[in-house]
Amino acid sequence: MNILVCVSHVPDTTSKINFVENDTQFDTNGVQFVINPNDEFGLTRAIWFKEKQGAQVHVIHVGTATADPTLRKCLAIGADKAYRIDTPAIDGMTVAKELAAFVADNSYDLIIAGRESIDYNGAMVPGMLAALLDIAFVPNCVGLEFDGNNAIAEREIDGGREKLKATLPMVVGGQKGLVEESDLKIPNMRGIMQARQKPLEVINPKGFENTTKVVLFEKPAPKADVKLVPADDIDLLIELLQKEANVI
Amino acid sequence: MSILIFTESENNKLKRNTAEVASYGTALAEKLNKDCVAVSFNADQAQELGKYGITKVLNVTNAPQQFDAHTYASVLTHYIKSLGATHIILSSSADAKFIAPLLAANTNAAYVPNVVALPLEKQPLTVKRTVFTNKAFANTTLTAEVNIIGVGNNAFGAVEQAVNCVVENTAVEHTVANLEQLSITKESGKATIADAEVVVSGGRGLKGPENWHLVENLAEVLGAATACSKPVSDMGWRSHDEHVGQTGKPVSTNLYIAIGISGAIQHLAGVNASKVKVVINNDPEAPFFKAADYGIVGDAFEVVPVLTEKLKAFKSQS
Repeated sequence: MNILVCVSHVPDTTSKINFVENDTQFDTNGVQFVINPNDEFGLTRAIWFKEKQGAQVHVIHVGTATADPTLRKCLAIGADKAYRIDTPAIDGMTVAKELAAFVADNSYDLIIAGRESIDYNGAMVPGMLAALLDIAFVPNCVGLEFDGNNAIAEREIDGGREKLKATLPMVVGGQKGLVEESDLKIPNMRGIMQARQKPLEVINPKGFENTTKVVLFEKPAPKADVKLVPADDIDLLIELLQKEANVI
Repeated sequence: MSILIFTESENNKLKRNTAEVASYGTALAEKLNKDCVAVSFNADQAQELGKYGITKVLNVTNAPQQFDAHTYASVLTHYIKSLGATHIILSSSADAKFIAPLLAANTNAAYVPNVVALPLEKQPLTVKRTVFTNKAFANTTLTAEVNIIGVGNNAFGAVEQAVNCVVENTAVEHTVANLEQLSITKESGKATIADAEVVVSGGRGLKGPENWHLVENLAEVLGAATACSKPVSDMGWRSHDEHVGQTGKPVSTNLYIAIGISGAIQHLAGVNASKVKVVINNDPEAPFFKAADYGIVGDAFEVVPVLTEKLKAFKSQS
């Protein structure tokens, strides 16, 4: 089985979010970049299929060379080969089109991406990719098994779960639950050494036109201070929630 | 040249979030001076959308009863093309976020989700959306022939503006599903984090799963959904689908009550979009107090049962 894992390169979840260039660019100064957490759950599941069922695992990223350390980390975790399509990722649709063009030239049984990236929260690339390739798609995927040429995937829905059957190839949007947090792998020294020898191939983009673009970032207005209510005056809290906040 | 809105339904009934999507569609139609048409699937009472300014609904009756993103997207694609729709409006529910990327690919559209207001500019179409899990906003342009806007949950609100609404039941040729539903598990009658107006959430401060009756009892009085912090779900005290935060579920309710949650930056990001936040914590230095509207510094085991009893009395009066 050949698995392609699509990874984003995002600011660590604890990063302070600031902007530069008149609030048109994200301020990367002092920011630690990591594999997008939702993608990492997917990658870990892919490595599980490699270890248990002999799958080949490739990772791919659409972006600039600044993401190469993230791709090396994926290789150190256990992926066999990395690709980077060398164009800045500005618009979800163009990223999906670049990935679709790559997949059309190669052969994969399963494509795993994250539910969403934690920077732009678009949750769009995996679905667009599946639709462009005209194959099945399961988002918010919290369980994945194979049975011959079929996959059994579980999707988290509002208030529950849905179990779905699809024919390969397919795309899933992974998240926590696909593997547990405790299953995530920290690369060991052997993995890091091996990763240096593994191929990281840079591919020229096809060059699609972007149709969405961020023109200005804004930070939320500073919040008013919290109103503290004494622990022995619950009536006051109820009054505030009813009359001031209007929420009960 | 018109606006098409996708109004979701479940068990033949419109979902609660259709009020917000319809209100947004109506307001956008006024702003852009266009028609607005709603498309629903197997909805019995689609004329209810008239309450929010919708004059015409195409109610599709031959698509699968159960939501199926692939086939529903093919139906919506048909209508986008046949009506010449230029602006597509849907919610940010799990189902809407499933279908929107498929629609965008089918129609080569520009798609922006998590939009919090009517467009700032008509030309080029510019919308304000949340990014970095609610830590910032990004004004984003959409410049395709078909532009899809995903309205952030509880961001625009429902605006009543009653008009006469005509529902046309229709049947459309659609693709065959590429997923087969094997089973669905859903707790019935329980408020969900996505849909509830109030969410009550517990953290490590509750010391163990055996103390969750504090959260559940308070939630029951308020008709609220229950949620938890990441450590609580990681330790297996509560199931994954209750985990709210950056890598869990986003929360954008009217009222979020956090009990014994210190307020890690990832948790705050996930719940920031909620309108009013109440924090109960015995540590006055807990970072959550800085992000809260109302706070009680006190022992949850003492405060929460009193709050539950008093709210019960309050609710029975009102």
